[in-house]
Amino acid sequence: MRFNISDEEILETWRMVEVEKLDIRTITMGINILDCRKEDAGKTGQAIYDKICNKARNLVAVGKGIQRDFGIPIINQRISVTPIALLVDGFTKEQIIEIGQYLDRAAREVGVNFLGGFSALVHKGYTQGALELVRAIPETLASTQHVCSSVNVGTTKAGINMDAVYDMGQIIKSTADLTAEEDGLGCAKLVVFCNAVYDNPFMAGAFHGPGEPESVLNIGISGPGVVSNVVKNNPDCSLGELANRIKNTAFKITRSGELVGRVASKRLGVPFGIVDLSLAPTPAVGDSVAEILEAMGLERVGTHGSTAALALLNDAVKKGGAMASSYVGGLSGAFIPVSEDAGMIAAAEAGALTLDKLEAMTCVCSVGLDMIAIPGDTPAETISAIIADEAAIGMINRKTTAVRIIPAPGKKKGDYVEFGGLLGRAPIIPVNPNLSHHFIQRKGRIPAPLQALNN
Amino acid sequence: MEESKRAIITVLGNDRVGIIYGISGVLANNNVNILDISQTILQEFFTMVMVVDVSQSLVEFSELKEQLASKGKEMGLQVNIQHEDIFKYMHRI
Repeated sequence: MRFNISDEEILETWRMVEVEKLDIRTITMGINILDCRKEDAGKTGQAIYDKICNKARNLVAVGKGIQRDFGIPIINQRISVTPIALLVDGFTKEQIIEIGQYLDRAAREVGVNFLGGFSALVHKGYTQGALELVRAIPETLASTQHVCSSVNVGTTKAGINMDAVYDMGQIIKSTADLTAEEDGLGCAKLVVFCNAVYDNPFMAGAFHGPGEPESVLNIGISGPGVVSNVVKNNPDCSLGELANRIKNTAFKITRSGELVGRVASKRLGVPFGIVDLSLAPTPAVGDSVAEILEAMGLERVGTHGSTAALALLNDAVKKGGAMASSYVGGLSGAFIPVSEDAGMIAAAEAGALTLDKLEAMTCVCSVGLDMIAIPGDTPAETISAIIADEAAIGMINRKTTAVRIIPAPGKKKGDYVEFGGLLGRAPIIPVNPNLSHHFIQRKGRIPAPLQALNN
Repeated sequence: MEESKRAIITVLGNDRVGIIYGISGVLANNNVNILDISQTILQEFFTMVMVVDVSQSLVEFSELKEQLASKGKEMGLQVNIQHEDIFKYMHRI
């Protein structure tokens, strides 16, 4: 077969990687650990450790090999496991914290930076094990480096478990307090979901959900820089034309993810799950979703028009990407994590981007209020109320929403939190000072919404 | 999926005497066959693209990659080698 790729196309690929920072954000291996439940926490933890080390021992090496062979950077290899809450009925909080230590050790042993699945699905209520797991979250996140936690508190079909929403406000506060020396870093590893997906490769919310196979590879792509350049290079075209150009580019980005998924699947002997079509920013300049929105013609992200611009972007990425991959899944949308996106940070500093506007933007994109630092003295009930609002958006609109928020201990408006690396830095964004205590303290469940009469 | 035996070498930088000589020397030493060469000026870059067959290579892909990069550095050029699949996936359905 003749080689029929033109020099222009080869250079385009080169430019995407070298100049526009196209990369594969993560190869995440999902591993079922339901068979690891033993009679006590130590034996259970050990069985989980052994299984992870066995299944994922070549994961990092294979990722590096693919990066070398195809010349496309693969930033992270990660692991997601069955939600731990499904394994721990009958165990106490202390025993579950012990299991968390085994997870951390397993992540270190196989060389991944994050391991997700210290999780519970409690949208309709707690099992005994799930309740103990939720109580174990603050100490586990404070005493481990690599473990990520998530709790699903609502779904469109079940409504919102407001008991869990109440608890998660308290849990987030405790997690921040226990990691106060690092500006509440523990909260960066904790996501509260509505409509959580079972095959998400992105942290901190990844877990290997019910219905997934024994093990699976899910790929998270990236590439805000590539899309940003497309928008910048087309300053005068109409929005319809712009959407079309973004689609073309999303297709190419996703094809690289599809290739990596298939090759990794073959080399590891693990089935290929899905490509997650998310635009995932990093703190690096030029790798920003905010920059794309501003290139569309907004003076600052957060101003009027931001939601519309984001809706166009999100939809165009999905349309292009869906054609490029045999299996699309996960969260699939543009992420707007404030501390991980240089443009979002700048807009928050300038006061252009508020919590209220971020909430509105989450109605049209993936995934929610993400990596937002708020004042340390924010009441737990207010955090619960923020979670309730976000969960309501997800529940009503049949989409995944999430809250990953950091009440930075001792910090107030005008201060910064510094997490470093991919987690970045963020200015403290003020919250509404009016209290929501009485509403949140009512607890109970918000009933599932009607699925018809959709206005 | 079957992984391709062919790879693409891209050379980017300023044009000068001896680029093909230098790069093809590294390939010959390692028993890598050149299938096609083209060069052009694209968006201000001097670009040379080589299609090569790495199936009979005497060294591992990573070693070849390093040798090419260091030869490139000697000549003030950026030299990269990638399996062709990445281009086929991105640009052809």
